Amino acid sequence: MDYVAAATNNLAYVGAVEKLVGLVVPPRASFIRTILAELQRISSHLLWLATHAIDIGAMTPFFYCFRERELILDLFEEYCGARLTLNCMRPGGLPFDLPVGWEDRCREFVSMFPEKIAEYEGLLTENRIWKKRTVGIGVLSPEQALDYGVTGPMLRASGIGLDLRKATPYEAYPEVEFEVPVYHNGDTYDRYLVRMKEMYEAARIVVQCLDKLPEGPIMAKRPRVLKAQKDSETYHAIEGPKGEIGFYITGDGTPNPDRCHVRPPSFMNLQVLPELCKGHLIADLVAILGTTDIVLGEVDR
Amino acid sequence: MLQALTESPVFEYVLVPAIKISLLLFAGVLPLITYLVLAERKILGFIQVRLGPNRVGPWGLLQPIADVMKLMVKEDILPERAIKWAFILAPCLVVGPAFVIFAVIPFGPPAAEAGSSFNWFVTDINVGVLFVVAMATIGVYGLLLGGWASNSKFSLLGGLRSAAQMISYEVPQGFAIVGPLILAESMSMVDIVEAQRTAGYWFIFPQFLAFFIYAVAGVAESNRNPFDLPEAESELVAGFHTEYSGMRFALFFLGEYANMIVISAVAVTLFLGGWLRPFPNVEALAFLDFGFLNSPGLVGLLWFSLKIFVFLFVYIWFRGTFPRYRFDQLMDLGWKWLIPLSLFNVFMTGLVKILR
Repeated sequence: MDYVAAATNNLAYVGAVEKLVGLVVPPRASFIRTILAELQRISSHLLWLATHAIDIGAMTPFFYCFRERELILDLFEEYCGARLTLNCMRPGGLPFDLPVGWEDRCREFVSMFPEKIAEYEGLLTENRIWKKRTVGIGVLSPEQALDYGVTGPMLRASGIGLDLRKATPYEAYPEVEFEVPVYHNGDTYDRYLVRMKEMYEAARIVVQCLDKLPEGPIMAKRPRVLKAQKDSETYHAIEGPKGEIGFYITGDGTPNPDRCHVRPPSFMNLQVLPELCKGHLIADLVAILGTTDIVLGEVDR
Repeated sequence: MLQALTESPVFEYVLVPAIKISLLLFAGVLPLITYLVLAERKILGFIQVRLGPNRVGPWGLLQPIADVMKLMVKEDILPERAIKWAFILAPCLVVGPAFVIFAVIPFGPPAAEAGSSFNWFVTDINVGVLFVVAMATIGVYGLLLGGWASNSKFSLLGGLRSAAQMISYEVPQGFAIVGPLILAESMSMVDIVEAQRTAGYWFIFPQFLAFFIYAVAGVAESNRNPFDLPEAESELVAGFHTEYSGMRFALFFLGEYANMIVISAVAVTLFLGGWLRPFPNVEALAFLDFGFLNSPGLVGLLWFSLKIFVFLFVYIWFRGTFPRYRFDQLMDLGWKWLIPLSLFNVFMTGLVKILR
């Protein structure tokens, strides 16, 4: 699965289970989940930017991105002990409340983070060589995007503003204000821009969540063993960093799910690669593949 | 016997220059290259908010020695299906010419001006610039031959790319050099520097366009970022030296850095006044000659080194900043922009010269 965005995987799965069993998550847990998911979005995008830039030959953004990603991983580690493969959510809420001082450290990070994005953008966004390598490369038309079931930043770079955080709001997203960046050319450069803007928005969301963070329990009242009703089924999808990540679960009356199917964004987004590559050079392949932003754990299952 | 030897032409024309060149290489150029690699890693580290080498010796100062030791004792792999003679010859063809060029580069003033018993360079030939250009071109054979002899697709493609790239960029580079030659009315490297003293300004001022073209073409010539396509690791693994290891790889590496220094040195000589201080005829700046050192030769060498280091720093800075061009874009830039611009520059310089 998506090992660079574990928190959003967690969130999609527990969301599906909650929907199936009918649990209502307390508001504090919802807000913390939103914070974790958005931090995860930033860290996933940072990893993407780092590798994408180094593929096109720019070394330095790699180190800048990893510097900030490290801080996010530290926050995760402090919260749940793990840095990469988190297991930080439970059906019905969260396993732990925030550690003392975590809010302040998180606030510190998100308040300085926009300056850092500006630093990456200073190196790349208006760089002539960067633009030469990315503008007009690997154009994905909106029709193709829909045909192939492309989601996430790739879809939004092709001019379709579908974002599940707005379309089917979940957790604390209805309570915060944020924009969904949409660009219309569908090329590598626009996909790059969408992700850069999303990082700004993610930082904004985290700040708002921290401001509004309510007091209260972090776990719903729930039986020790969750049992879904016989022949119940549900599909729950959220907006992961790479696109729509969804879980389809059917219950058979026992504590175990009868069936559990994942809809991974990377797998779907990769399908469109042959279309994107038509008429380009081998050297463009790395640029195109870079902005499809795949994780092979999701592709090869 | 000894007297007979010192008076023979063999001594004067073979042994003395050979000793001079070896001294220059082993005392000057090779340490400079190894420490240039360290400087590059340190500066890149500084740009990229990390430390760079810091384990071997204080501030990693012994790192180059460790690197050289490592490369020397590493296994020297000769691929089974490689074309052996070409595989062995290729690195020598890259390194040799690059080193030979140092013989004509004026690091400091000639004996008469320096007031010392020897010239502050190995030799001054009357077609020095031509010699530099000719020698630099031989390096292409090395890359091409190395790529072809390795019998591997990545090497071959890398070699072809370097050959195409270097040949395309040699044209604007050659034209860019013509500008200062017209101004100096000489092809001797020493005369060109002297002409800048007579003129009272460095040739970068009347020839800024040529300098710019030379610098860009120079970066491309030495296969450095943002024109490091022959070694684009996301496409070609390591380009022409994919199959090389140990000391043979080190030779390619040496060749690349020697080329960087050569290109900087030629740029400094042609455009930045060689060993001269800034504005060599302005009396108010005479303190820049550091008269108290009482050694014009040494001061000349200092100024020359300083200018070279600025140039090399810019090279490294480029590497920390720019993404890589695509191959066809690189060719576009060379053929559609640099060559017409450099031709225009030659034409304009000639016109001004005639009209004066």
